[in-house]
Amino acid sequence: MTTNQNQIPITYLRPAKGLAALNLKDLWDYRELIYFLTWRDLKVRYKQTVLGFSWVILQPVINMVVFTVLFGQLLKVPTDGIPYPIFSFAALLPWLYFAGSLTRSSTTLVGSANLISKVFFPRMVIPIAGVLSGLVDFLVSLIVLVGMMLYYQIIPTWNLLMLPVFLFLAMLTALGFGLWLSALNVRFRDVNYLVPFLIEIWKYATPVIYGATLIPERFRFLLGLNPMTGVVEGFRWAILGSQYVENFDPGPLFIVSITITLVILISGVIFFRNTERTFADII
Amino acid sequence: MTDIAIHVDQLSKKYKLGAMYERQDTLRDFLVSMVRSPFRKRPVSDNQILWALKDISFDIERGSVIGIVGRNGAGKSTLLKVLSRVTDPTSGIGEIRGRVGSLLEVGTGFHPELTGRENIYLNGAILGMKRTEIEKKFDEIVDFSEVAKFIDTPVKRYSSGMYLRLAFAVAAHLEPDILVVDEVLAVGDAEFQRKCLGKMSDVAEQGRTVLFVSHNMSAILRLTTETLVMEKGRIVKRAPSNEAVDYYLSSGFAETGERIWNIDEIPENAAPFRPKALRIKNEQGLVVNTIRSTEDMTIEFEYQLDDSVTGLRVGFYLMSARGEFIFTTFDTDEPQKYEEFSVREPGLYFSRCKIPADTFNDGRFVVGINASTYRIRRYFQDERAITFNIDPAGAPGMQWPEQRLGPTRPRLNWEIEKI
Repeated sequence: MTTNQNQIPITYLRPAKGLAALNLKDLWDYRELIYFLTWRDLKVRYKQTVLGFSWVILQPVINMVVFTVLFGQLLKVPTDGIPYPIFSFAALLPWLYFAGSLTRSSTTLVGSANLISKVFFPRMVIPIAGVLSGLVDFLVSLIVLVGMMLYYQIIPTWNLLMLPVFLFLAMLTALGFGLWLSALNVRFRDVNYLVPFLIEIWKYATPVIYGATLIPERFRFLLGLNPMTGVVEGFRWAILGSQYVENFDPGPLFIVSITITLVILISGVIFFRNTERTFADII
Repeated sequence: MTDIAIHVDQLSKKYKLGAMYERQDTLRDFLVSMVRSPFRKRPVSDNQILWALKDISFDIERGSVIGIVGRNGAGKSTLLKVLSRVTDPTSGIGEIRGRVGSLLEVGTGFHPELTGRENIYLNGAILGMKRTEIEKKFDEIVDFSEVAKFIDTPVKRYSSGMYLRLAFAVAAHLEPDILVVDEVLAVGDAEFQRKCLGKMSDVAEQGRTVLFVSHNMSAILRLTTETLVMEKGRIVKRAPSNEAVDYYLSSGFAETGERIWNIDEIPENAAPFRPKALRIKNEQGLVVNTIRSTEDMTIEFEYQLDDSVTGLRVGFYLMSARGEFIFTTFDTDEPQKYEEFSVREPGLYFSRCKIPADTFNDGRFVVGINASTYRIRRYFQDERAITFNIDPAGAPGMQWPEQRLGPTRPRLNWEIEKI
């Protein structure tokens, strides 16, 4: 072994007092672990399923078909002239990504209890990997979206370039809430039961099956208090382009959503960092 | 620059035992208690506090191999957890110079659905190895683990031996400056243990610092130069290993060699036979967990008969840790004893069996017990009632530090004749 005397890292052990440093450099040092955990998640997720990876496409498609029959055909939810299937699919994609990521990031930490009580690594890599591993599913189901855009002859606009931004917003929202919930889950296992309900209710509070245009223009920005409204409407705006944007200026709504997301995310990181020091003792 | 790898000063770690009863496990309990007395800072009385570590101070020089021994609950694992940053100390400070690698429980972080190859990468990353590092060592790891043929098979299909070998191989190829090893040798067969020990002494020879926790005194003696003895969260002795091990074994700090049966552990159909306790005693009559191979040992079984029993025999099975039978013996094997105890009246009994020195080889052994009447009825049986260790120091042939095959190691009379 070549010992490089100058490069020996020194670690200090000391009691946890006051606010923990955010120490995001830690995460960078462990980026390969994030990569491997994400990759493990992907590898394992569809093992021993007959349909395997097809579930990635089937999930949003089945959802869309059900919604189209129920809300598009029977209840005739107004969509500003946009065919209901693509109207709902454009919203379902980010929603399913968000719901999956939030579930994973808030529950996998407790699922890794034996790792946490035995090995040191920045605990935050687990919720982060939970959020990242959904991206691949998301990208695969984008193929269906492209097919639908061709079928409904939707001409992409420059708005489409903003899609990654809204995806990123969905990711940060999932991570922000995931950090809060996963840290709480270590102490209160209620979170495991709470998350499915939360997501179910949240879905109806978010304009997935309906559009934000149902709400009077003046109050619409308030919908942005739910950051997923910003994401979902952002997706519609980016994908459906001019057809959709004519009826609706989403700007104020986005700004509210982005602000809320940042508040949740930053407070989530602080909360997580301050509680992770006791994870190994109480998990 | 001093060549100190680990420096800790007054390190303590407190656990609130009360938390076990009072911990708000559900949000509801927490909310209720917050509503009832929102500003009360719940005091924790002294008997609810457990100091898993108390005022631990020591320095460890770079390149030394240090053993840590102590009874279960003495704080060994907590110390390793604090040193490897899994948990923070409650007070005191520490300074670690160099990268710490833990070889804690073998297989931590393995995913059963993934193949051997995939698990090597995943586990390596969990233990803090860089991907390039893993790639570089990949072949070496596979070689060491001897599972090359199954490297692309999910590890859930592995035998437990293969699983262990692979897990150890990954951890052993970490190249940390400080290697922390917690009781990995408690598992696996003798061959595997030999290999692990070999690998660990390689690590030490490369100038790395090793902290080694084990209940296996011969491994401690073989590997380490210096040993810390822990008891109730404190370091009670630090000395050259043979001195420290002697102290530990003779001071009664060793893990108890006693098994006690509670009422609810006894099957109803055992009546009128009631097992009470099984003890392993050394030459001085102390109840111990580790016996030196050069001393006699006694296995003592205490039991109660609530009714008289005719033709009862009480005996032991001796097995190696791998489950091979070594011998079976009953207290009425001798015809004379058989006559004398043909009927046992109700009362409290002790059946003691003395096993002469130089019987067992190095390792861990299992005692099973059986109380029955021949071909009529089995009152009580426990195939793994207790285990004990044999410390081979002084056994025949110890001048060669090799693993002797076989569970016994008798001292035999050899004659060498030159003609």
